[in-house]
Amino acid sequence: MTVHNLYIFDRNGSCLYYNEWNRKKQAGISKDEEFKLMYGMLFSIRSFVSKMSPLDMKEGFLTFQTSKYRLHYYETPSGLRFVMNTDLSVPNARETLQHIYSNLYVEYIVKNPVCVLGQSLDSELFSSRLDAFIRALPYYSPRAA
Amino acid sequence: MVIFSVYVVNKAGGLIYQYDNYVPRAEAEKTFSYPLDLVLKHHDEKVIVSFGQRDGIRVGHAVLSINGADVLGKNTAEGKDILEYLKDSSNYPVSIRFGRARLSSNEKLMLASMFHSLFAIGSQLSPDVGSSGIEMLETDVFKLHCFQTLTGIKFIVLADPRQSGIDALLRKIYENYSDFALKNPFYSLEMPIRCELFDQNLKGSLEIAEKAGNFGAGS
Repeated sequence: MTVHNLYIFDRNGSCLYYNEWNRKKQAGISKDEEFKLMYGMLFSIRSFVSKMSPLDMKEGFLTFQTSKYRLHYYETPSGLRFVMNTDLSVPNARETLQHIYSNLYVEYIVKNPVCVLGQSLDSELFSSRLDAFIRALPYYSPRAA
Repeated sequence: MVIFSVYVVNKAGGLIYQYDNYVPRAEAEKTFSYPLDLVLKHHDEKVIVSFGQRDGIRVGHAVLSINGADVLGKNTAEGKDILEYLKDSSNYPVSIRFGRARLSSNEKLMLASMFHSLFAIGSQLSPDVGSSGIEMLETDVFKLHCFQTLTGIKFIVLADPRQSGIDALLRKIYENYSDFALKNPFYSLEMPIRCELFDQNLKGSLEIAEKAGNFGAGS
């Protein structure tokens, strides 16, 4: 039961924030390339889903899973995208991501007059609160290496 | 509790089989007077709604028919350009049917190849070692299940999110594929599957899975 990593993208595709807790395998490419690949993959998945869908969708793409991890996706109406990779035991992290948006992002970044929206989030308070929140999640447990 | 469609993708990412089991067509036909309160635009040889929403007509819906006659791409049945026709107030009142555009076979080919690539990227971006590609993709309206065999063939099933037993169904479709396509001496590997027995048995397996799914969920 664990959270691997978290990405926050803005509507233009730039990665505003990234942190990892329990990542066991790096992607083999530089971090910049990984962010672009992740954003590109999600953009393509959303376009794929909107074409494939047999009915009109309200929320669109929610999550996907492979044999080893599950990716949870949450997009705000302003185009901010939250992406969290967890292991397979977490069925639904949508509320977690919504909580990160409304109680952490909005409180510590949007309401911070020093933080410029659209640039990477370098607020210490945000990072430490987010870290504490993730570690306090019921499904987070640091696996012994 | 339905299974919408089945796709089979070969090793190279090309679509070799596609079957639509259940295609819900949510269409809305309305009579409009001049001026039209929806904004339409050309997109991919179709005319779709780009702004405006009323009575079951949503952004992204395509114009399916005008005054009862099915449209041909960007033109009406008579060959006139749809946007020009609708700008002319003498043509009103007009009855237009909107709905989700049906996917053409070309589009299905493109989407299958797109999924083939996304499957591989899902495996590359994995934070854990030894991950497969995307096995299940969930949205609020459907769930896409994918099973990749050891030879690289992918069986993709789109179903209702509450439908259970899809893993067993994917294995059954693989079994049908090996029995009725691979053992068919006239079938060439990686080519589109045109085997009647495969179609028949696939439909049978889908019916069984849908009924079993209903039992599983209970009422």
